[in-house]
Amino acid sequence: MSNLLPEPQKDTAIFLSNISVRYRLPNEKVATLKEYMIRLIQGKVRYNSFMALNDVHLVVKKGEIFGILGRNGAGKSTMLKVISRVLTPTQGRVWINGAVSPLLELGAGFHNELTGMENILLNATLLGHNRKEIKQKIPEILEFADIGDFIEAPLRTYSSGMIARLGFSVATAWRPDILILDEVLSVGDAAFTQKCTERMRSFRESGATVLLVSHSIDTVRSLCQRALLLEHGNILEIGSASEVSEKYAHLIFGK
Amino acid sequence: MDNLSTPSRSTIYDSSKQRNSAIEELRSIFQYRDLIFQLIRRDLVTRYKRSVLGILWTMLNPLGTMLILSVVFSQLFNMRGTYPAFIITNLIAWNFFSQTTVASLNAMLWGSSLFQRIYLPRTSFVVSAIGTGVVNTLLAMVPLVFIYWVTRSPLHATILFLPVSLFLLAAFSLGVSLILSTFVAFFPDVAEMYPIILTAWMYLTPIIYPEELLANIFNGWLLRLNPLFPVIKVFRIVIFDGKVPTLTEWGMAAGIALGTLLIGWIFFTQNSKSFAYHV
Repeated sequence: MSNLLPEPQKDTAIFLSNISVRYRLPNEKVATLKEYMIRLIQGKVRYNSFMALNDVHLVVKKGEIFGILGRNGAGKSTMLKVISRVLTPTQGRVWINGAVSPLLELGAGFHNELTGMENILLNATLLGHNRKEIKQKIPEILEFADIGDFIEAPLRTYSSGMIARLGFSVATAWRPDILILDEVLSVGDAAFTQKCTERMRSFRESGATVLLVSHSIDTVRSLCQRALLLEHGNILEIGSASEVSEKYAHLIFGK
Repeated sequence: MDNLSTPSRSTIYDSSKQRNSAIEELRSIFQYRDLIFQLIRRDLVTRYKRSVLGILWTMLNPLGTMLILSVVFSQLFNMRGTYPAFIITNLIAWNFFSQTTVASLNAMLWGSSLFQRIYLPRTSFVVSAIGTGVVNTLLAMVPLVFIYWVTRSPLHATILFLPVSLFLLAAFSLGVSLILSTFVAFFPDVAEMYPIILTAWMYLTPIIYPEELLANIFNGWLLRLNPLFPVIKVFRIVIFDGKVPTLTEWGMAAGIALGTLLIGWIFFTQNSKSFAYHV
C-alpha cells in the first residue's frame, strides 16, 4: 500500500490515512487515584503499548457497501470507533464526508422513568438531531416502532422487544450518509427483522455508504462489493469482497 | 416505504483541519444545545416523577436543613432573629455548588459508556448538570422568600443582582466540575473521595456561621485561600445583606469564577480526547 494517498475526492465518503491507535495498558490495572499516586512515587507506573491499529490507510467511496472482516481483537471495533469519531487516533488523519449513524446498541441512553415519547426526544438529541428535525420525524418514528398507547407510559413498563423497536426506529429515522452495521440486527421477532432489513435496503438504494462488520463470510460475500481483512491492527488484504473472504477463510481455517 | 430525507448537516469532518480543541468543543456544545435541554429535562422529570411531593422536595430540602441548623446554632452565633434568613441564603448557594459538582461526576460515570459508542460533545453532561442546578436554585427561591417573610427579614431591591451572582456561581461550579470530571474519567475513585472533601469544604466556608468567625483564625487566611468564599459572598450580599457588592467584591468573585471556568474548560478539552482510551 502506498503512503502517498491522494487527497479525498468528491466521491469519497471515508478517508483514513496513516491511522494508528495505541492503547497504553498498565502492567497491572491501576484504577484508583490512590494506587496511582503510590505507584508514581515508587516509580512503578509502567505501560505496555498495544497497537490496536497500525498505520492504516483506507478510502471508501460514496454508496459503497464495504465489509470489514477480522478475528476478535483484530481492530475492527477500534476502526469503527475512529470512523464514528468516538476515538481520536493516536496518529493520522480522519476525513469523513457526511453524517455517520453509529446504530447505538439499541436503547443505549434510554431512561426507564421517562415515557417512550420523552425517550425519543432524548435519544434523538443524543444522536445529534435538533428539535425541529425531531418534530418532523415523530409521526414516522411512532409508526415504525408500533408501540401504540404505550408511548406515554414509562419505559420500565415496556417489553424488551418494544424497547428494541423504539431504539431502532429512532436510530434509523434519519438517512445517514454512512451507516455502520455491527451485527446488531439479530433482535426482535421475525416481522421486525424483516422491517429492519427492508429499511437497510432502502438506505443502500438511496446511496448511503454502508460499513458492514461481520464474522460471517457469507454475509460479506453476498452483500459487499469490497472488503478488507484486519489482523493485529494491520490491513492484511483489501480488495474485492470475494478475494478478501477467501483470504479470511484461509486465515481462520488454515486452508 | 417511508420517504427518508437526507440529514440536514451534510458536513465534512477533517481531523487535519481541527483547530484548538477548547474552541471546537465550544462550537459543538452550541450545535448540541437541544441535547443539553433534553438532559436538563430528563434530570428534572426523573427526579420528581416518582415522588409524591414531586417538585416540592426542592423547596422542602433547604427548609428542613435550615430549620435544624436554626434550632441548633442560632443561640451560638448570636444572630437570633436573622439567622434563619442568613442560613437559607447561604445554603441555597452552597447546595448549588455541591449538588452540581456531584451531579457532574455521576453524569460522567454514567455517560462514559455512551462516549464509547457515539460522538457527543464531551462537556454535554457537565454543562447540563449546571443547567439543572440553575433551575433547582430558581425553584428554591420560593422557600427563601417564604422564610424572609415569616422571620420578617427585609428583602431589598438588590436581589435584582441575583442573576449576576448566580451566573458567577454557575461559572465557578462549571469550572470545578470540569476539572473534577477529568480526574474521574481517569480515576473513578475520585467520585468516592469527593464527598469527603465537600464536607470539609462546607465547614471551612462561612455557610452556617458568619464570616467574622473565620476572620480571626490564622489572620483570615482560611477565607483568603478559599476560592469558593468570594463567589458565595456576592450571592449572600445581594440577598441577605441587601447591599450592592463593592467593585472589589464583584471583581474578586468574577475573577475567580471566570478564571476557574477558563482553566477547567481548557484542562477538560485538552484531556477529553483520551477519555475513550480508558475503558
